[in-house]
Amino acid sequence: MRGAWQGARVKGRIVLTPIAEFDSVGLRYGTGAEVLRDLDFRLAKGGFYFLTGPSGAGKTSLLKLLYLAQRPTRGRIALFGEDLTAASRDELPHFRRRIGVVFQDFRLVRHLSAFDNVALPLRIAGASEQEVEGPVREMLAWVGLADRASARPPTLSGGEQQRVAIARAVINRPEILVADEPTGNVDSDMARRLLHLFTSLNGLGTTVVVATHDVGLISATPGARIIRLEGGAVSDPTGVLKNPLPAEFG
Amino acid sequence: MFGWFFTSPPERRLLGTRPLQGPTPWLIAIMTFSIMIVAAAGLALAGTAQRVSAGASARYSAQIPNGDKLAQALQVVRSSKGIAEAEAVPEQEMRKTLERWLGPAGVSSNLPVPALITFDVGAGADLRALEARVAAIAPGAKVIAHREALGPVLKSLRALQWIALVLVILLGGACAAAVVLAAKGALDTHRATIDVMHGIGATDVQVTHLFQRKIAIDALIGSIGGAAIAAVVLLLLAATSAFAGELIGGATLGPIDLLVLALIPLALTTLATWVARTAVLATLRIAL
Repeated sequence: MRGAWQGARVKGRIVLTPIAEFDSVGLRYGTGAEVLRDLDFRLAKGGFYFLTGPSGAGKTSLLKLLYLAQRPTRGRIALFGEDLTAASRDELPHFRRRIGVVFQDFRLVRHLSAFDNVALPLRIAGASEQEVEGPVREMLAWVGLADRASARPPTLSGGEQQRVAIARAVINRPEILVADEPTGNVDSDMARRLLHLFTSLNGLGTTVVVATHDVGLISATPGARIIRLEGGAVSDPTGVLKNPLPAEFG
Repeated sequence: MFGWFFTSPPERRLLGTRPLQGPTPWLIAIMTFSIMIVAAAGLALAGTAQRVSAGASARYSAQIPNGDKLAQALQVVRSSKGIAEAEAVPEQEMRKTLERWLGPAGVSSNLPVPALITFDVGAGADLRALEARVAAIAPGAKVIAHREALGPVLKSLRALQWIALVLVILLGGACAAAVVLAAKGALDTHRATIDVMHGIGATDVQVTHLFQRKIAIDALIGSIGGAAIAAVVLLLLAATSAFAGELIGGATLGPIDLLVLALIPLALTTLATWVARTAVLATLRIAL
């Protein structure tokens, strides 16, 4: 597990390059109460994080902020070293292409084949069909669905859909992988296999953030950091999420 | 410029719909048909008005009461300076013409009908002197400009032209409104796909191109279909013009009119595509 700040040495000093920074971030929907408040934390490049907390704590809302589906109502969010607080709508797709998302309900396009679903991020990024064919076949084989490439989501089992969703999330080698309750719809064996996929990706340098209730999943991932959300706020009694220890430097 | 139209098969599969699915092509076909019929009527009226106006601008008539001394009067007119194409219309011919409109009353001797001399006026003609000379031969004779007699008819024709133009604009507006509704309906139908596309980094323009292309194809097919039916109807009308020709003043369509009509489907397709693009972009920016 990398689990560390990735930085560069400049004249003997370490320059931190956190992949995500949340400063005093708050979020409310419409005129309702804040569902997230005073979020102050940083995610290390190459780290593995579990986001936990009771139902309604705001895990999904926090993930939406992280994968840029939602803007905060206050505070500052920086991703990949760039402050996105005032980023225009037209700038966001560029950042979204660097983030892979696995939704709890998969969100596959029902009328597209597994191949086309996995190929979607590459095609949106402008890849040619020649550039798409090889990596998509390889990715489908990696998630064990090489023989189901032409199947449409309604004909796939829950586990197969989950793996298509993961393949789609990682096909363009995202710098951050966000997964919302990825084991919520699969059996324990499949959950273990998914975790293996995530740790493999993390080993390749991807920062992984997994929202889960699954204690077994967390305990099976030594070295992963836990971000606990309670009542819309991050529980960080030691302040280590806000100010990571120098020992974590890579 | 038209790269969005020529997309790859995978891009075409994204919306999961086939061309001609939904009401848009049919709506546009009906609109195109209506616009072409109204536009053809307006153009034919414009042509008729122009022909009548041009024909009447230099055309005059000398009215000879009771048709007396028509031959002498015709001689006087023909010998006058600046007068060309002078022709006599005897009283009997006038009565025959009237009979078509008035029935037997038109040939009744109780109805006073003048004889006419029609002529074109060129440079150097003195109409007052001409009228005086004709009146000296046939007392009560008057020279009348055709444009004055046809003034109310031309005014009516021009009013009809404007009505046709307003109708074409209104139908075009209705077509645009229908496209906006169709585009918004399509956005709602494909909301889940759009959310996925946005989530993995698609730009608004990329999403818009999908809908723009679909509506462009629907509009092209619909407008060509509507135009084809309109062309058949117009050809049938033209075939019956021998019957209606006299009633409608021999209204015909010239080559430029036909070109204008042929451009209507293309114009409507362009309008629909532009409206769809604008509506989808605006909706994406507001709703998402």
